[in-house]
Amino acid sequence: MTTALRRYPVLIALCLAALFMVVPFLIVLINAVKSPAEYSEHGPLSLPKGLYLDGLKDFWQRVDYGQKLFNSVLISGSVAALAAALSVLNAYAIGIGRIRGRTWVLAFFVLANMLPQEALVYPIYYLSKQVGLYDTRLSVIIVFTVIQAAFGTYLLSSVLGQFPREILEAARIDGANKWQVLWRIVVPVSRPTIGVLLVFFFIWTWNEFLLPLVMLISNDNQTVSVALGVLQGQRLMDATMTNAAALLGVLPAIVFFLVFQRTLTRGIAVGAVK
Amino acid sequence: MTVTVEKGARASRKSRHPGPRNPRSHRPRDSYALFLLPGALAALAVIVVPFLMNTAVSFTSWQGVGDPKWTGLANYRDLLDDAEFWASFRHSLFMVVAMAAVPTLIGLVLAAALFDYIGKHFGTRIATILRACFYLPQVLPIAVAGIVWSWILAPDNGSLNALLKAVGLGSWQQDWLGDPDIALYSVMGVMVWVQLGFPLVVFMAGLQRVDPQLYEAAELDGAGWWRRFWHITLQQIRPEIYVVLTWCTIAALKVFGAVYVLTKGGPGGATDVPSYFSFTTFFEKTQVGYGAAISTVLTVIILVLSLIGLKLQTRAEDAEEGARA
Repeated sequence: MTTALRRYPVLIALCLAALFMVVPFLIVLINAVKSPAEYSEHGPLSLPKGLYLDGLKDFWQRVDYGQKLFNSVLISGSVAALAAALSVLNAYAIGIGRIRGRTWVLAFFVLANMLPQEALVYPIYYLSKQVGLYDTRLSVIIVFTVIQAAFGTYLLSSVLGQFPREILEAARIDGANKWQVLWRIVVPVSRPTIGVLLVFFFIWTWNEFLLPLVMLISNDNQTVSVALGVLQGQRLMDATMTNAAALLGVLPAIVFFLVFQRTLTRGIAVGAVK
Repeated sequence: MTVTVEKGARASRKSRHPGPRNPRSHRPRDSYALFLLPGALAALAVIVVPFLMNTAVSFTSWQGVGDPKWTGLANYRDLLDDAEFWASFRHSLFMVVAMAAVPTLIGLVLAAALFDYIGKHFGTRIATILRACFYLPQVLPIAVAGIVWSWILAPDNGSLNALLKAVGLGSWQQDWLGDPDIALYSVMGVMVWVQLGFPLVVFMAGLQRVDPQLYEAAELDGAGWWRRFWHITLQQIRPEIYVVLTWCTIAALKVFGAVYVLTKGGPGGATDVPSYFSFTTFFEKTQVGYGAAISTVLTVIILVLSLIGLKLQTRAEDAEEGARA
């Protein structure tokens, strides 16, 4: 009995802390569906009287939010697929091929991953202007494919380094060449790790800010993050519009979170341990 | 007869495992290098070349057009006298506190409480739901988190000020992001909120590999929750602690989006950080050489910290494996 009494305060404290973490989301939700009149009369903490969706609709049309969503999906999706493919190729050479100097190659990818984007951003901006890729979604796709693949190579190499040798040996005896071993055996067996990489690359690219901010200046090419960040930076939004922007920015993240929750938490564990 | 068979077997074994000096043994290995070719070329074009260019430009005076003028170490000498530069790195230390030190400490306590208190007494389901709440801000784009918080912290009609007024603490109301004395602490608070989920999830995963018998034995010996936390939990997940500290410290040094969206480095440079400082120097002041010097200093610091972090992590893992063996 005494232990039960002692247990509940811990649970209650943790629930309160968790509530504090999600309260900003709830505040955004209740205010995004309030009319400007209601907001100015009752302030941000009152519950909405009705469902006012014009603010969301106005904001959607004003910033052409559908286009921004499409750009974000296009860029993040392409980067996830391409970076995962590149990671697999790199890791195959390092983890299974055990090429000479692999420690150094791996160290290079680790350092490349740690490098601050500030040290790359101006030359990338300058070079992309030279080759006519400035302000294109392709430029951002290329850059993030390489940056994300640096992490993927690091993670996948250590996973493939422990790949059961007998399976590879058996396939080789059956006459499979290196491509066939990679495509028919290594990729299917490592599908869980590749899945984690796909999810992470997608969300990381979705959330990227600095490079897309510099590279994508025209409205038609901007991602959700950049468009919302720039709008906020201009300080031109009233309260209703800010809440509409916040809600529309939060929703995709919550969808990803619910869809990928298990992969995310499993993946962080894998990534941290090696 | 038996002798010949044995001889033959030995010979064939020998030919299947040629010595390391045999040049033929390298050939099958090194044709794997072809698989590295696309990745290596891409990294060369997107990372190596830009990085070298940036480093080279840091020794020049350049406005982004025309030819860079070689000035040697002049940019770096100017940096030493630049109060804005020192202020931005001082603010970086505050960010390390907010994004590495505080989330690691809170994350440790939360992870231990969720794992061996809530998980054991109330079921893993509740622990998982609570963990999800703490992790949620981590998947939010930082630009969106910035919009949410800049509006909550707004001076007029912001939720925080409205809340303070509602509970009778009206005198505590502040211009949270607009007051130079408070802005940095407000940004720090937001970053704790953003960052907390990462250590928590890593630590909870780490706790799963701790032998439960250790806790049972300690409990039998009469060790309380706090002593078990100190002597078992902390010792067992030390590799995870190093990983988290390294990653979060690097993330703190790189912080850009939050500052851009919340304060734009202001008011009056009160929340300026190196990455934002280099960004404005590159693209607003177009002093590309100087901006490159700032980012090069940042890079060197980050690389040194990464190496230290990796070393500590490997040592902790080795020590753990040694202890197990």
